[in-house]
Amino acid sequence: MSTTTTRGLARPAPAKSSGTRPRRGLRGNSTFNFWLFTGPFLIGLLIFVYVPIGWSIWLSFFEARFTVTPDKFIGFDNYRQMLGNGNFTGSLLTFTVFAAIIVPTTWALSLGLALMVNRLRFMRAFFRSVFFLPTACSYVAASLIWKMSIFNGVRFGLANTVLGWFGVENIAWLANPDPPWYWLVIVTARLWLQSGFYMILFLAALQNIPDELYEAAAIDGAKPGWQTFRYITLPQLRATSTAVILLLLIAAYQAFDEFFNLLSKTTWGRPPLVELYYTALGDSQDYGAGSAGAVILTLLICAVTLLQGKIMGFGRGDESK
Amino acid sequence: MTSKTVKASSTARGARRGGVMSSTGLYIAIGVAALLFLIPFYVLLRNALSTDPEITGEDWKLFPTDIQWGNITEPFADPTVDFGQALWNSAVVGVLHTVGILLVCSLAGYGLARIPYKHANKVFYAVLFTLMVPTAVTFVPSFVLVSSLGWVDSYRGLIIPGLFSGFTCFLFRQYFLGFPKELEEAARVDGLGYWGAYWRVVVPNSLNFFAAIATITFINGWNAFLWPLVIGQDPSAWTVQVALSSYMTNQTVNYHLIFMATAISILPLVFVFLFLQRWLVQGIAQTGIKG
Repeated sequence: MSTTTTRGLARPAPAKSSGTRPRRGLRGNSTFNFWLFTGPFLIGLLIFVYVPIGWSIWLSFFEARFTVTPDKFIGFDNYRQMLGNGNFTGSLLTFTVFAAIIVPTTWALSLGLALMVNRLRFMRAFFRSVFFLPTACSYVAASLIWKMSIFNGVRFGLANTVLGWFGVENIAWLANPDPPWYWLVIVTARLWLQSGFYMILFLAALQNIPDELYEAAAIDGAKPGWQTFRYITLPQLRATSTAVILLLLIAAYQAFDEFFNLLSKTTWGRPPLVELYYTALGDSQDYGAGSAGAVILTLLICAVTLLQGKIMGFGRGDESK
Repeated sequence: MTSKTVKASSTARGARRGGVMSSTGLYIAIGVAALLFLIPFYVLLRNALSTDPEITGEDWKLFPTDIQWGNITEPFADPTVDFGQALWNSAVVGVLHTVGILLVCSLAGYGLARIPYKHANKVFYAVLFTLMVPTAVTFVPSFVLVSSLGWVDSYRGLIIPGLFSGFTCFLFRQYFLGFPKELEEAARVDGLGYWGAYWRVVVPNSLNFFAAIATITFINGWNAFLWPLVIGQDPSAWTVQVALSSYMTNQTVNYHLIFMATAISILPLVFVFLFLQRWLVQGIAQTGIKG
């Protein structure tokens, strides 16, 4: 970093900015200012992002139980252990099932809500707020409401109460993996939490569709309704849909909070991050295997992001922060 | 519950721009969807203001017979979980996290967008690379690092590692790329350097964008769970989310207490939503798409 700074200092500042400024001392030098502005961030990025990534790659080749400064090099054994371990590969399967359900349902629900809200003339702000409000809740809070009341396995749970009116026996929503009712609990919780967020994205995109398109379609004899939706609205939303699907996928990949809390005492339904949590920070504190798992997950998500970016021509994705 | 909502919305979907669906039908469909979305809030408030026998009773009581306002103080008097401390921790972490991330990432974003430097592109790629690796996936190595620094169970450990968000930096860079150059040039003519122009001209004219990012950052910080769970080994360092999570695994369950605690934990964000929704919506429209 220091060498580049000196080299940069020797270089004359670009004409564009120097022309507009009468006098410039060292403080006006653009190289100095570049590092002044970006330095704190870059140093932090180096320490808290790059160092952990490097360290975990290093740890993944060592036997590191209960220690983060191991000395026993074991090559790819940690990787073999993780990939040969049914729990870890099973967690990848759990993620696949989860993504296959949650991505299309959230896409459809948030688009549907956006289309409805967009058509409203009265109380539009009210309904938008109602669907958006769950975004304020944390996954932990929603898990608590879902687990302790709505999908409580005993008779006073709301779902079991309602089913009881129709004579259905109590269902153990979370305590029994067969039939896998826990998926209903997990999927509805996430749908409730995140649909409003994506609805806002679709609303913004819907408002950007020029009215002329619909007018032209009407002149051409397209029936309002399904035809205009299929041939105008949907194609116009393609960029947003692609972005939403990618964001949903990455969010699903990082799912942790609701699985951890809803299925806290169970061994089923563990997505990758929960599995990693128990490997590295559980009783065995196996940092080597945990790091190997993190490296595998990182490579997978990089591959998916790059592939999707290539296919869809969409830029870089990230967590929905 | 889900299938109903989806069905209700898909009937309306076809009906954009009039025709097919009457506006009465639209309002019925959206009303049903809204009711379903409000059920969890209703359950939360009903349980928070009831007694335990009413919550666990044979029949579903639509509303508590006597609203138990006294429940509000109970989470704070609970000897097993120090909820007041957790609330305080969340407030401190939420505010410092937001202020820190805005400061560090906006400066970097401005530097990358506007200050000419030979290697600026290489630096930018180093930032972009981190977007490919979600921070949640690297929580194991991050924990390893933070624990070697001795930052477990501390505000430092909760706040500092999360400040260097490549994504937020990227958003600020994109925003500053579109910031009108004329304003900065006017500041230069007045003799301000980059630093002075940034604080006196650029920031005061970007408050909307800062507010949008601040709102989203605060919500994410308040609701974060995985990292506080990993760092908060000792109950005194728990945030609200970790405290709520611990209620679910306790031996004895005190229903009205844990629902009241949940309601209290959501309250600050509901206020944020009601009063800052304009910025929030703006922020989401900007950040979500550009991601």
